[in-house]
Amino acid sequence: MSLLKYESQLREPLINGDKNYHQVTEDIIGPVETKPTRLWWIGFSIALMLLAFGVYSVYREVAYGITEWNITRTVGWGWDITNFVWWIGIGHAGTLISAILLLFGQKWRTGVNRAAEAMTIFAVMCAGMFPIFHMGRVWDGFFILPYPNSRGPVWPNFNSALLWDVFAVSTYFTISLLFWYTGLLPDLASIRDRAKTKFRKMFYGLTAFGWTGSTKHWQRQESLALVLAGLATPLVLSVHTIVSFDFATSVIPGWHTTIFPPYFVAGAIFSGFAMVQSLLIITRKVLHLEDYITIGHIEAMNKVIVLTGSIVGCAYLSELFIAWYSQNTYEWWAFRENRANIFSPYGWAYYGMIFCNVVSPQLFWSRKLRRNATFTFFMAVLVNVGMWFERFVIFVTSTYRDFLPSSWTTYYSPSIWEIGFYLGTFGLFFTCYFLFAKFFPVIAAAEIKAILKTSGENYKEKMSTIESMDSDKFYEEEMVHAH
Amino acid sequence: MIKKFVVGSFEEEKVLFPAVKNVRRAGYKLHEVYTPFPIHGLDKAMGLRETSLHTMGFIYGILGTTIAIGGMGWIFTTDWPLNIGGKPHFPLPAFIPIAFELTVLLSGVGMVWTFCWLCKMMPGVKKHHFNLRSTDDLMTMVIECTPSSNEVEIESFLKDNGAIEINTQDAEEGWWFGRYDKEQQLYKEEDLEIVE
Repeated sequence: MSLLKYESQLREPLINGDKNYHQVTEDIIGPVETKPTRLWWIGFSIALMLLAFGVYSVYREVAYGITEWNITRTVGWGWDITNFVWWIGIGHAGTLISAILLLFGQKWRTGVNRAAEAMTIFAVMCAGMFPIFHMGRVWDGFFILPYPNSRGPVWPNFNSALLWDVFAVSTYFTISLLFWYTGLLPDLASIRDRAKTKFRKMFYGLTAFGWTGSTKHWQRQESLALVLAGLATPLVLSVHTIVSFDFATSVIPGWHTTIFPPYFVAGAIFSGFAMVQSLLIITRKVLHLEDYITIGHIEAMNKVIVLTGSIVGCAYLSELFIAWYSQNTYEWWAFRENRANIFSPYGWAYYGMIFCNVVSPQLFWSRKLRRNATFTFFMAVLVNVGMWFERFVIFVTSTYRDFLPSSWTTYYSPSIWEIGFYLGTFGLFFTCYFLFAKFFPVIAAAEIKAILKTSGENYKEKMSTIESMDSDKFYEEEMVHAH
Repeated sequence: MIKKFVVGSFEEEKVLFPAVKNVRRAGYKLHEVYTPFPIHGLDKAMGLRETSLHTMGFIYGILGTTIAIGGMGWIFTTDWPLNIGGKPHFPLPAFIPIAFELTVLLSGVGMVWTFCWLCKMMPGVKKHHFNLRSTDDLMTMVIECTPSSNEVEIESFLKDNGAIEINTQDAEEGWWFGRYDKEQQLYKEEDLEIVE
């Protein structure tokens, strides 16, 4: 009797090499149990230095006020909210990979979901910093929370898209964190049960919550993961939709468009996958995980990048078309003079965005380039630069020439503390990522084990005999006795 | 409570499944099967009922929607009816984003809380681990000894069914607070000899 388990050989294996369950544990958990390399220390120190610079930049802004930034009367959001939307967009890939691909039954998610979810959480943390410190008086930040207070009570305005954002981002952060952590429990238990040192026994004993791997617990955990995925799928779409409402519900030319929600969501997935690519291409190399994050995984993500990049391209074209077609003078001015005119003050940003987001990803139609890790890495960086430009274009070009031509004189460029704040969030992001890569397994080992016998290379080879069998014999041997 | 268990570990799922069936057929008390990864169908083979965690998720979700719509409605119509640009005091479409977010938030947080509560999991909880390799590569089947069962017989039964590591353990079946880096003595009720 054999339970038919192997996948067709026509599909590329998701786990390369001759692996068994123990080998998977060794490969994935091994890096947690070794001392960090010199490269890790160098990277970690750079991240910490950036973080320190960021903390100082934020200190300047808090201590001396928002005038430390070059934001002006009309360009009120500047780099700050650009960076917020950029980070929150990056934070969309993790939940997309873990939730939407889980619902679609895409097995390749198992190789990349853990790192992508961790990246999501760190990116959302970075994103959250920007609106909080943009408030100026950050110590009054709790005013955004609706609670019965002694100030009236004064409640926040529930009609405001900015308040929706507070709920959306905090819910997204919480759910992503829970989703990530409940998936992490079995792997933390693996480390705990292998632990030799006292620290590891104590630390992973605490963090694994006493996970045993009992069948009943697995059953509940799978049910939990499925429902959380079902909840997180509309959630991930709602978060960037609501972020786009911050703009779409206003009356600023260039923002006041109904295409914003799908356009922002596609852009978010686009930039998020690019960030996952750039992190994982480094991680798989440094931690020697090429067998688990294969070229096939990279190719699959590149397909998502070319798809979402093209959606974003269509969105750029249609908003340009609608701006003209609407015959709205202000709308058309914003698009024609402030964006599409290459000789306008920010024309360079618009064409930089078009080049990075629409033109360059088209190279991924070539299978050879999709399967080239080095090329993908540079492409991913380019996409993230492009997506940053997209947000910059949306915010700055719509506001630097407002309705009153007398306020047109200002050319907005950031101050050193605005740049420092942005670099500081890179520091925060990479500090967290380096710690994560050191103390947690970057691949979901338990989930890899669950697909090992269907998608592992050495197991798929056993399909040869089954695939060469004629159908009657196959039915006799494999199906009749299988139950 | 301390009980006696016979523990058998398996390497392959296809050996484990018939063994689970045979254990149930033979009428032994199957305590639990510990596996390093989720094995689909094992819960059915063991005769476990479907979890109703998702029903709890639904209840928490409805609670979230109710709190959101009810709370915002009460604030804007009763507690402090503020005139915001002449807009209605109960603008349902504008309440939808927050109502949706709170639905998801309460449902997610509530389900994870219920999951931890049902599985008896939290930081600082310690449980007996019958085989440390059951989070690595072995599937560990644990059969509880009842007064009528013969542990030698169960051991040979497990051996016949393909188990590779077989032993008998006295273990606490529940959970307790403790640290994994510290060994703990199990508390046993012993017959005290009373010295006159």
